[in-house]
Amino acid sequence: MTDRRRRPLVVLVGAVLAVGALATSFPFLWMITSSLKPASEALATPPTFWPSAPSFDAYTRLFTELDFGRYLLNTLAVVAIGAVGLLAMAMAGYGFAKYRFRGRGVLFMLVLMTLMIPVQVTMIPTYLILNELHLTNTLAGIAAPTLVSAFGIFLFRQFMATIPDELLEAARLDGAGEMRTFLTIVLPLSTPILAVQGVLTFISGWNSFLWPLIIATDQDMYTLSVGLSLLNQQITVNPTLQMAGASLMVVPIIVVFVLFQRHIVQGFTMSGLK
Amino acid sequence: MSGNGGAGGPLGGTAVLPGTTEVGPVHDDRRPGARRRTRPGGGPADRRPRRGRAALVPYAFISPALLLLAMFGLLPILVAAGVSLTDLDIGGLGNPETVRFIGLDNYERLFSDPGFWKALQTTAFFVVVGVPVIIAVSLAVAVALNTSESRFFRALRAFYFLPAITAIVAIALIWGYLYNSQFGLLNHLLDQVGLGPVGWLSDPTSARFSVALVAVWRATGLNIIIFLAALQSVPKEYHEAAALDGAGRWTTFWRVTFPLLRFALFFVTVTTLIGWLQFFDEPYVLTKGGPVGATTSISLFIFENGFSLNQFGYASAGSIVLLILIAVVTAVQLRMRGSDD
Repeated sequence: MTDRRRRPLVVLVGAVLAVGALATSFPFLWMITSSLKPASEALATPPTFWPSAPSFDAYTRLFTELDFGRYLLNTLAVVAIGAVGLLAMAMAGYGFAKYRFRGRGVLFMLVLMTLMIPVQVTMIPTYLILNELHLTNTLAGIAAPTLVSAFGIFLFRQFMATIPDELLEAARLDGAGEMRTFLTIVLPLSTPILAVQGVLTFISGWNSFLWPLIIATDQDMYTLSVGLSLLNQQITVNPTLQMAGASLMVVPIIVVFVLFQRHIVQGFTMSGLK
Repeated sequence: MSGNGGAGGPLGGTAVLPGTTEVGPVHDDRRPGARRRTRPGGGPADRRPRRGRAALVPYAFISPALLLLAMFGLLPILVAAGVSLTDLDIGGLGNPETVRFIGLDNYERLFSDPGFWKALQTTAFFVVVGVPVIIAVSLAVAVALNTSESRFFRALRAFYFLPAITAIVAIALIWGYLYNSQFGLLNHLLDQVGLGPVGWLSDPTSARFSVALVAVWRATGLNIIIFLAALQSVPKEYHEAAALDGAGRWTTFWRVTFPLLRFALFFVTVTTLIGWLQFFDEPYVLTKGGPVGATTSISLFIFENGFSLNQFGYASAGSIVLLILIAVVTAVQLRMRGSDD
């Protein structure tokens, strides 16, 4: 009964949302179609929506005339280093969730406090610290400042707290060490949160801009985002090339996100943000 | 990077060791148990050292992450506070002896710098305009998305989330192209309906709104996810009960659903406010703070002084002031929430 009354409303809301969704994602559509236009068409007035003669020339140029192949490899390396941070966050989440120890409350508060610190405050000191460690202009230095996030530790803790203690006790009785218990019992049970955090880590590593910009001084160390920002500063504007570069950065993320969308929403639900 | 070593250490060392976890090099060797870590396991008779080591297990789990957080989260604040009392610049980096301690001079200079006050005003503008808009838009979209569980509605979600997960550099290029005054799409569309061209990024007033629009577009996605997660955790029975009592949809939302969103709303408000206070990415990539400083936020002011002008001491003073500002605003909100309950 209520369903029939709701019907017109749902259709109306759906229509409004569809228009909104189109408007929200229109810039991406524009990006992709523009990347397939010849350079002259991208600058033409009036602008065309569909390219008259689609071509992948701009993408080829990114890899041949420009060094985007190297930038891509560097970006993938930074993302891979992020996996180390993922493990560290999982371990910390487990430590906070399943052990009682002196200083636990204070240490966890400290972790949460780092959420409040703006990157602009840590920017200069972190540069000085990395400089002191001779990590400037290295991929490790680019990845290091964002390797671990308080939010990630928090999510891992929330999830791992729900793992029954009996399972862990049973593993210990069977003679498994603490690390072994963690690797063979806790991690497999934590697949959902690992998926969420894995995707978020991938996205943030792939997209990161500020640290590569500050830390990478040598062109050999540039990531995609820094390479792309160079396209933005070129004197002769070439929208096709710019949009091709932007698509190269955005499309893989869209694919990853669409594949894992459900898990990401679940991850936030799990964090208990109600 | 020593944190990585710490993570690798226990991993390699202990998977084969029954009973205990090797504590690894990051740990305190002064602890009595730690010195024995080369001796594997030990029998049940060997209780005491095991107990000592067992007490270290949780610390071994949390230390790699905590070391990294300390190094790149907490230590920098101390360094910034220290540096803000010096005249450190690019010369001082290479030759530390030339760095002088100058007390609070940087702070005095900051508060008499018109550029800093203008950046504060600009940031205030972004906060006042941006916070309500982001909250209203993301809440409205989340509520709308929550009206139905059909595949169509689920598919629509992805479109709204996309801007949130897109690289800021790519966003700058896309919007820069849309906003372009000669061949941009937006001015062309305005022209079609007979309106004059707008200097989206070249006119000081328009530039503020243009930059804010991109930030709103980008920030709503994450907040929609948070609101949606909160909405989905509202028990269906509540709505049914309200409907039985004869409450309309509008009343039900404001009287039943909305109060249950209080924590999500609080969380989004705090993070959005902090986000605008730290506002940096969009003006940096779209306008570099221009035209004539119209979009220079405090963060951008700090960045310019730090990395363009290499006045690390002066910029650090600015960053400490920003940190205090954020801490005060957050504390006020926490207090308001406290009295609210």
